[in-house]
Amino acid sequence: MICVNDIEKEIGVFVPMEDDDVLVCRCEEVTKGEIRRAVHAGMTTIEEMRRFLRCGMGLCQGQTCGKLVKGIVAAELKINPLELEPAVSRAPMRPVEMKVMGKDGGQGGDAV
Amino acid sequence: MKKTAEVIIIGGGVNGCAAAYYMARRGLTDVIVLEGSDSIGHGGSSRNGGGVRQSGRDVRELTYCMWGIQNLWPGLSEELGVDVEYSQTGNLRLGKTEAHMKKLQQLADNARSCGLDVRMIDGKEVKELNPYLSEEVIGASWCPTDGHANPMLTTLAYYKRALELGVQFVKGAKVIKLRKMQGRARQVVTEDGTVFEADQILLVAGYESRAIARTVGIDIPMTTYFEEALVTEMQPHMFDMMLGTADADFYGHQCKHGSFVFGSECGLEEATDQSLTDLKTSSLTISAGSRAIMRYIPALKDAKLVRSWGGWLDMSIDRVPIMGKVTEVPGLILACGFTGHGFGTAPAVGYMLAQMAVGEETVVDLSALRYDRFVSDR
Ligand SMILES: Cc1cc2nc3c(=O)[nH]c(=O)nc-3n(C[C@H](O)[C@H](O)[C@H](O)COP(=O)(O)OP(=O)(O)OC[C@H]3O[C@@H](n4cnc5c(N)ncnc54)[C@H](O)[C@@H]3O)c2cc1C
Repeated sequence: MICVNDIEKEIGVFVPMEDDDVLVCRCEEVTKGEIRRAVHAGMTTIEEMRRFLRCGMGLCQGQTCGKLVKGIVAAELKINPLELEPAVSRAPMRPVEMKVMGKDGGQGGDAV
Repeated sequence: MKKTAEVIIIGGGVNGCAAAYYMARRGLTDVIVLEGSDSIGHGGSSRNGGGVRQSGRDVRELTYCMWGIQNLWPGLSEELGVDVEYSQTGNLRLGKTEAHMKKLQQLADNARSCGLDVRMIDGKEVKELNPYLSEEVIGASWCPTDGHANPMLTTLAYYKRALELGVQFVKGAKVIKLRKMQGRARQVVTEDGTVFEADQILLVAGYESRAIARTVGIDIPMTTYFEEALVTEMQPHMFDMMLGTADADFYGHQCKHGSFVFGSECGLEEATDQSLTDLKTSSLTISAGSRAIMRYIPALKDAKLVRSWGGWLDMSIDRVPIMGKVTEVPGLILACGFTGHGFGTAPAVGYMLAQMAVGEETVVDLSALRYDRFVSDR
């Protein structure tokens, strides 16, 4: 059980950093500063962070930035990155065109 | 962490977060929100298609749904300080056959009799509104005041703002029972045995509300249904309105940042028997959805799907939500059974739940949504 208000009190206010403009998620263009700010706005899990900022939700689905985001969130929360649940992987494993996906598992065959 | 407050809200979905915000906005900040999972919005609230739709709703919901669309949605982004991507760009429900058109006509007639502007348009007019649709579309119903918004941002924006205003949020707080004291709902007990106390308890925990309400003797006839959605990579801007079909084989829209979000089904959903914590998607739905979408929007055949997901719906037995104070258990307020369309109404619902908590008449009469409306018909 975690009380968000206690966490926010513990980590203190957002303090700007020199490298806040660094792009962390390149697919969705999310910066380090945005991620750090979101932690102070109450986004304390990777799940919330992805939904709030879209980091890791683009074409590569977080394969590049997943670890980085986790590190930044953990540092801001002053915890070990291992304490953060990783993002859930979702089907399909790689981006697939609709015309290809539509061929599977039905009577539809060639829909178009 | 405080354990006693004026109000406890069970469930940190869009309805619980909106209720917390509207309470705080009117000065009632001594509120605790208990969310069972580790993330706010872990339930349907972050998994839905984002439809802010009036068309197709039961009369009992339509009044407050329309009230929310007229009074709350338009200013919501500004009010919460987060762009929730609300876009009032209409809803086209498409038909390809005479049977489809008959069905759409009936829905449109129903809606109009409740005062909602839904009209039937022919294939040519559909094409003018949306040139990307298949030649096979012969007509549609058109509701210009429907629209869509980003459900994840809406939920988290209400959460963020309520947090800023002083509401206490506790995550990982799975409630297992309520306890009455001196005839009133008073205590809320979580899985690890922690006891929270409040003067009023608001139960907005989706389907799980049923098991919790039962611990104080109230049973709400609800079932579950697993629904899935998918999203494409960013596409060039094509159209803004929400789409649906007479056959209900898919629905969806293009989001602000370019992706298309669609909901679809494979036809075997009724038989889903996985547990409520199991959110695995079926291997069939994403393909069935792709076929349905391409039959109506052929231009999307090369669009790549990047992700699919699913979520549980809290289906009320008569398909209309259950909302209001419980007479037998003073202090308990219920809001559940949103039956797969509780996102679009969340601002209005949250607003009215806050009114109930402060003892005010709700802006729209909700007596038709009472929990005790269910009677045997045999
Ligand atoms: C795929 C899909 C598509 C949809 N499309 C649309 C759409 O286009 N338009 C629309 O209007 N609606 C749509 N919906 C429905 C909509 O998402 C829901 O009606 C709405 O989110 C309900 O919000 P809620 O806050 O009542 O419930 P939820 O979001 O389910 O929130 C309930 C919360 O309670 C928590 N909880 C559960 N049990 C406990 C417990 N024991 N203790 C503490 N907390 C608990 C859950 O973790 C959850 O966070 C869709 C749903 C799905 C799944």
